[in-house]
Amino acid sequence: MIEEKTPEELLQERTKRVEDAVQLKVPDRVPVAPNFGFFYAKYAGITPEEAHYDYDKWAMAVKKTVLDFQPDMFVSPRMILLAPGPVLDMVDFKQIKWPGHGVSSNHSFQFVEEEYMKAEEYDAFIEDPSDYIIRTYLPRIYGVAEPFKMLPPLSSMMVGYAAVHLTAALARPEVTNAIETLSKAGAESMRWRSIMDSIHEELGGMGFPSCAQAIAEAPYDVIGDFLRGTRGVMLDMYRRPDKLIEATERVLPMQLQAAVFIAKRSGNPRVFIPLHKGADGFMSLEQFKTFYWPTLHKLITGLIDEGLTPWLFIEADYTSRLETIRDIPKGKAIYHFELTDIFKAKEVLGDVACIRGGVPISLLCTGVPQEVKDCCKKLIDVVGRGGGFIMDAGSVIDEAKPENIRVMVDFTKEYGVYG
Amino acid sequence: MAEDLVKTIADLHEEEALRIVEERLQAGEDAFKILEDSRNAMEIVGKRFENREYFIPDLVYSGEILQEIAEIVKPKLTGAIEFERLDKVIIGTVAGDIHDIGKNIVTFMLDINGFEVYDLGVDVPAQKFIEKAEETQARIIGLSGLLTLAFESMKETIEVIRGTGLRDKVKIMIGGGQINDEVRKYTGADAFGTDAMSAVLLVKDWAGEK
Repeated sequence: MIEEKTPEELLQERTKRVEDAVQLKVPDRVPVAPNFGFFYAKYAGITPEEAHYDYDKWAMAVKKTVLDFQPDMFVSPRMILLAPGPVLDMVDFKQIKWPGHGVSSNHSFQFVEEEYMKAEEYDAFIEDPSDYIIRTYLPRIYGVAEPFKMLPPLSSMMVGYAAVHLTAALARPEVTNAIETLSKAGAESMRWRSIMDSIHEELGGMGFPSCAQAIAEAPYDVIGDFLRGTRGVMLDMYRRPDKLIEATERVLPMQLQAAVFIAKRSGNPRVFIPLHKGADGFMSLEQFKTFYWPTLHKLITGLIDEGLTPWLFIEADYTSRLETIRDIPKGKAIYHFELTDIFKAKEVLGDVACIRGGVPISLLCTGVPQEVKDCCKKLIDVVGRGGGFIMDAGSVIDEAKPENIRVMVDFTKEYGVYG
Repeated sequence: MAEDLVKTIADLHEEEALRIVEERLQAGEDAFKILEDSRNAMEIVGKRFENREYFIPDLVYSGEILQEIAEIVKPKLTGAIEFERLDKVIIGTVAGDIHDIGKNIVTFMLDINGFEVYDLGVDVPAQKFIEKAEETQARIIGLSGLLTLAFESMKETIEVIRGTGLRDKVKIMIGGGQINDEVRKYTGADAFGTDAMSAVLLVKDWAGEK
């Protein structure tokens, strides 16, 4: 009977199913949306290296996987691989290792932990983030942007007529060369983006909405992930707490503005927000309430005020934070849990946020289909009760047995129907 | 005064701790005593971590304070100092995975609990674990990994160890945020843990088996 529906009808049906779950209404059935990562590549028989370098193969892999498993939403390939291999090569990117460049061709990219922003540079960042990023940060994370260290402060251009001669800075051969290379990298990024965008159009035309196209991070994570490193940001909580808080407040409107812009342009209201460094064990509850939650809370409510749906991908364990994160408007956000006790999460948050996740990645990797089925049954019975639940893995699915994914999707479609 | 320093470090008051260290050195105190106090303070830090009063940032910060003290004190030390060490443990993040935060915390916690830890770093091939085990005669190996790709890598590492005949002589523990008993069975490890304390308890347990 599903075959009789047109792709448009299917798209509407799936979108409504997800939106009902988000709004804490009872949908026709529990939506199921496996959180695919490099599984797309492995399932389709290409390596993560090919996914980074051969855009058409990567697009084909995504399409094949989505068509084979028929999820209610698919993970945008742009949420998995945020930049293609050739562009990383051209800019000589330092902040990650990617397949063939520091990790094997069969592995996903991984972060290189460094203090890309030094402790004593907080003031420079807070006073003028754009100038800091162009002249100090980019030279550290793009090998090709090293000569940008030689540029004059960007604010020096404010004196209009009196600063026109500063264009001389761009005539230095090293700077000219850097700009030319970045321009080529830009053209390559455009090519990649158009192929990635066409996947959304094509799959949308076949009836599949995407999970999200916009991405944002908790301001503390922006500082910890990209600027100060895990260790650096932890030490900052003791040594320069005021600067750290000020920096997160500086980052907040920028994160908000970028996410709102992309979400509205894409037409998909959901904004992916992976949470990294505020989990249980990574800081005390008091530190969470001081450094992490205030600006994350403003990010969530700011997106909701814009009519958008934050999809918080809450990595690691948040069991001790559940009461704190209750404080958001009802029926407006998705809380996707990894190692948090999801049954407790339903108890504490069930009347506030849509709960997503619940299937352990270790089970999908090492278990058998019957175990996956048992796990999904319990999730539907308990967490799915009364709506407000999306079936998914707790983690990004890179490795997993395809038969386990299949049973997770098919069983949810069969057993997850609300009568 | 000794207690002051122990408490000051354990309570993570960095500036005050460094001031006390400087003062005690200027007063002509034996540098070794200061190090001993620092070690006692770290034991308290470890206990607080075990009791979930302290979390990872507290460990990282205490390690930082300890290192600063060591740097101040080192030039004043006469002769080498050797703390008596318990069993030897080899630890490393398995091949293909370059994450080290969890592993470093386990190394740190084992170290302050008195074990001799050989930390092989990240992306460690199976052969490196074997060479180190043969060289040091360590009986305990810890394999760390954050990513799901580490499951396969841990399994392969343990298979290679089995191939050398070393498997029966060593206990192998695996650790990481995604690890559980299913993964332990899959990889063929003896035990697993998802935090640093479970690693310490396992090692203590195994070390006591002699």
